[in-house]
Amino acid sequence: MAQTLLRTPLHDRHVALGARMVPFAGWEMPVQYEGVIQEHRAVRTDAGAFDVSHMGEIEVEGPQAHAFLQSVLSNDLDRLAPGEAQYTLLTNERGGMVDDLIAYRLGEFRYFLVVNASNKDADFRWLKEREVRGSEVTDVSADHGLIAVQGPRAIERLGLQPAKAFTFSEEKIDGIEVMVNRTGYTGEDGCELLCMTDDTVALWDAVLERGAVPIGLGARDTLRLEVCYPLHGNDISPDTDAISAGLGWVCALDKEFTGVETLRRVKADGPKRRLVAFVMDEAAIPRHGMPIDGGGEVTSGSHSPTLDIGIGMGYVPSDQAKPDTKLTIDVRGKPRAGHVVKKPIYKREG
Amino acid sequence: MAAAESYPDDLKYNEDHDWARIEGDEAVLGITWFAADALGELVHYEAPATGAAVTKNASYGEVESVKAVSDLIAPLSGEILEVNQKVVDAPETVNDDPYGDGWLVRIRIADASEVDSLLDLAAYKQVLAEQ
Repeated sequence: MAQTLLRTPLHDRHVALGARMVPFAGWEMPVQYEGVIQEHRAVRTDAGAFDVSHMGEIEVEGPQAHAFLQSVLSNDLDRLAPGEAQYTLLTNERGGMVDDLIAYRLGEFRYFLVVNASNKDADFRWLKEREVRGSEVTDVSADHGLIAVQGPRAIERLGLQPAKAFTFSEEKIDGIEVMVNRTGYTGEDGCELLCMTDDTVALWDAVLERGAVPIGLGARDTLRLEVCYPLHGNDISPDTDAISAGLGWVCALDKEFTGVETLRRVKADGPKRRLVAFVMDEAAIPRHGMPIDGGGEVTSGSHSPTLDIGIGMGYVPSDQAKPDTKLTIDVRGKPRAGHVVKKPIYKREG
Repeated sequence: MAAAESYPDDLKYNEDHDWARIEGDEAVLGITWFAADALGELVHYEAPATGAAVTKNASYGEVESVKAVSDLIAPLSGEILEVNQKVVDAPETVNDDPYGDGWLVRIRIADASEVDSLLDLAAYKQVLAEQ
């Protein structure tokens, strides 16, 4: 069935910049401008700008919003004051992940959830079906543009003050009102700028004027893989549980939320398999879906521009999950050697 | 630096964007600017072994960029005489110089009549126009 791809407010800007546009989660998005490796390095060394306006935003408001979200999200919102944000999971009854997202506490009774584009509709339905009296769930995705600015010089180039990770504040950039979120998907310092849809083009221009270079989805993927941030749909899914995925740190198992019994049991028994990071020992690039000898499978794989070698993540039986364990990846029929490493594969200095 | 778009007129081409430079009973093979540009900067060259047989229209190796893998489709049948080690060590050489330093293999041609079936530049440009 032919389906019209959605376009972000920055579509014409991407085309004018010479981006290669590809379908992604129902959207037409830039996969690269100048080249994936060059863009990756720009983020690791200076500052890059990503159009992530395709991501979904869901608002949950009301006197029961906190209690409602506590019952459907894995992390503990009691630890969140207004002005703070938290990485968390929307879990199902089987302990699987409907989505991974960031929850922003806007006020005592008001939350803002930034979710994956590919899961936005499923997330909204999931929340709407479970919504309780006194908490209203609204899909506000169409009202907002979102631009991530990432890299060691990102904050300086934007003229912002340093701030703690996972906090946010209202700021103005060239007179445009933006919510500056100290979050990201690259492992670098930086922020994600949320604005009203009509301001997105002006904000993008202001960000590029300050010297951030445009970065496509290709580099977004290699950047996040080097720091082992899971990609929903690849590394985690409704059929994988948070404990096996190494996301136990965002599961408050001492509170009640959807699927918590399953997660407590997996934790108590020890997961049968674990999501590990690995680095190749010979020239070969692991890719999503490749078998790992012994019953494992690659969930994300690519070439690491920083290490200049193949890297990946994948599920392996727990007895193969220790760092330095040798792995053999089936690369289109050829056995290729790699080994498990401690996450993250790449860590920025300082 | 990635090369500017070009297609030399002394080469033969196939519809899969591979080129062949015929040198007597040998041929040098590579991929065209169009193929290299479509893949993006190459990061891996899975080369065949010297001495291996290659068959026209079958894969003789692979090249990969960060995002994609592409089979190398032999424009001619023959035997691998030499693999370009420079591309094995620095695959981006193909993007920089697809018809020069970025050659992939040298083969001994098994059947000279196959050469006549390849596309000349005008015919290959027709293939490109249809992309």
